[in-house]
Amino acid sequence: MVDVLVTNGPWLIGIAALFGFLMAWGIGANDVANAMGTSVGSNAITIKQAIIIAMIFEFAGAYLAGGEVTSTIRKGIIDSTFFIEQPELLVYGMIASLLAAGLWLIAASALGWPVSTTHSIVGAIVGFAAVGVGTEAVEWGKVGGIVGSWVVTPAISGFIAFMIFQSVQKLIFNTDNPLENAKRYVPFYMALAGFVMSLVTITKGLKHVGLHFSSLEAYTLAFVIAALVGVGGMIAIKRLKMDSKADRQTQFGNVEKVFAILMVVTACCMAFAHGSNDVANAIGPLAAVVSVVNSGGEISSKAPLVWWILPLGAVGIVLGLAIFGKRVMQTIGKNITHLTPSRGFAAELAAASTVVIASGTGLPISTTQTLVGAVLGVGMARGIAAINIGVVRNIVVSWVVTLPAGAALSIMFFFMIKGIFN
Amino acid sequence: MPVNSILGVFAKSPIKPLQEHIDKVYDCASTLVPFFEATASGDWDKAVQLRKQISFAEQEADSLKREIRLTLPGGLFMPVERTDLLELLTQQDKIANKAKDISGRIIGRQLVVPHAIQEPFIAYLQRCLDAVALSKEAINELDDLLETGFRGREVDLVAKMISELDSIEDDTDDLQIKIRRQLFAIESELNPVDVMFLYKIIEWVGDLADLAERVGSRLELMLARV
Repeated sequence: MVDVLVTNGPWLIGIAALFGFLMAWGIGANDVANAMGTSVGSNAITIKQAIIIAMIFEFAGAYLAGGEVTSTIRKGIIDSTFFIEQPELLVYGMIASLLAAGLWLIAASALGWPVSTTHSIVGAIVGFAAVGVGTEAVEWGKVGGIVGSWVVTPAISGFIAFMIFQSVQKLIFNTDNPLENAKRYVPFYMALAGFVMSLVTITKGLKHVGLHFSSLEAYTLAFVIAALVGVGGMIAIKRLKMDSKADRQTQFGNVEKVFAILMVVTACCMAFAHGSNDVANAIGPLAAVVSVVNSGGEISSKAPLVWWILPLGAVGIVLGLAIFGKRVMQTIGKNITHLTPSRGFAAELAAASTVVIASGTGLPISTTQTLVGAVLGVGMARGIAAINIGVVRNIVVSWVVTLPAGAALSIMFFFMIKGIFN
Repeated sequence: MPVNSILGVFAKSPIKPLQEHIDKVYDCASTLVPFFEATASGDWDKAVQLRKQISFAEQEADSLKREIRLTLPGGLFMPVERTDLLELLTQQDKIANKAKDISGRIIGRQLVVPHAIQEPFIAYLQRCLDAVALSKEAINELDDLLETGFRGREVDLVAKMISELDSIEDDTDDLQIKIRRQLFAIESELNPVDVMFLYKIIEWVGDLADLAERVGSRLELMLARV
């Protein structure tokens, strides 16, 4: 049976790479609105700036910090011992999963459902393994952990957002001189964002680039980067043009201007976080296929990530953004919501931190979910004029539907691909 | 192609429309001053025209009210209670209705405020409109309230406004008693039916301040549920 892999090896890798690239493209196109929408919606950055930020930081996140989650997708969800006899099944299954998740994303986007890319790929992998091989081939404990994280992470992100927003109110809005305090404290929030991002990247992401730091070095470096971000923010705030009319009304307007600068930083973080977490959904299965085919059917969980895989996913995401994202952004620009930078930043920083920390632990979580959780958290702190609970409910329903849908599609494709090659 | 985006979660804020509504209501009520001045100088053409203006502003306020009610479906999660918000809106709208009633009654009966009480009457009307103006100001603090998360200093500021509104309303009550006395003193020289209606008008003008105060207390209730 292994000779199938040898004779069709290049074909299989080619197909997997193509589907993986499509999936990455779909993730870029599908999630850009969720990752960058709040920044554009609160008028902190223009559509053009959003696209540029997203391209740079999605790529950086995918390339620098995407490795950890990739290995979970590649080998954490299924028990590879069941595939030692028939490694080609793993290859077929992963290709089927990519195709299934990709198609589901496209279909859902066309229908306007906010689905989670993470859910679709996890559902697809569980589906083919459970039906195509046997239910015992699935690492149910791991899957349970992942599913559990879909409940826990929005809650954590909501809690962080609530706390951040509360602190903003105490330190800035509810004071005698909100503007002065905004200028004073906002750089610290920037530094905090920079610290979380750089720390996780340094400790978790730079292994495959060949950089290893001791934890003391990592903390120092993260601290230095945070300080730089903070100082940069201070300079940017100093250069702001304020309305000189110092009545309370315009003061809050000016305060929001200061927050808009902070929002540029959190938008970068959000793009970085999204790239670090979601690129794995596309390239995890691809990495599994490549390692099986290259080792001639040997399933080793220790195989390192092949060098060209991460960039492929990163480029796919960026292309999806660039080609498709513009249209998505314009739609957002048309129905600008009542969302101020001070709210958007709290939601984004909370969501991004949650995603990056989870990516560091290797859990594939849903970016959309953390963001929804964060928005609700700010709402709980009475910061948002009106949240549409009906829409929140629809989003949750579409998450629940995605798992079986991804599974059903991948089972179908799995048997098709198996039929073609055997 | 529909875009699935997190931004669908943000519903249209009811706060700005609510402020637009009270602004419109204030425009409507404050037109009463030139209206009464026109009737006093016997310029009925101008009075009719101003009456049209009042009526038009009231209609605009009504359509704003309807729009807000329609954009506040049950599934909204807001920092303030939905019922409080709608109640506030209803109270605001009553001010415009009252102004329209006053001008309609004056035109319908060709009623002129007697010369002897002309001056105190305008002063009384002005004071009642002060109450409406202050309620408008308080409502216009709503976006700042949202900015601070309905907490702290901003809430104190609005509370102060509301207590000032109460004291203006007390003022108008005193003025009303005085003006009734003045009317009582001269009523034997006037047409009895007109006098009946004059009392009614004085009462209605006082209602403007009452309603403005009620807007304030509704706002207070809204903030008290923290």
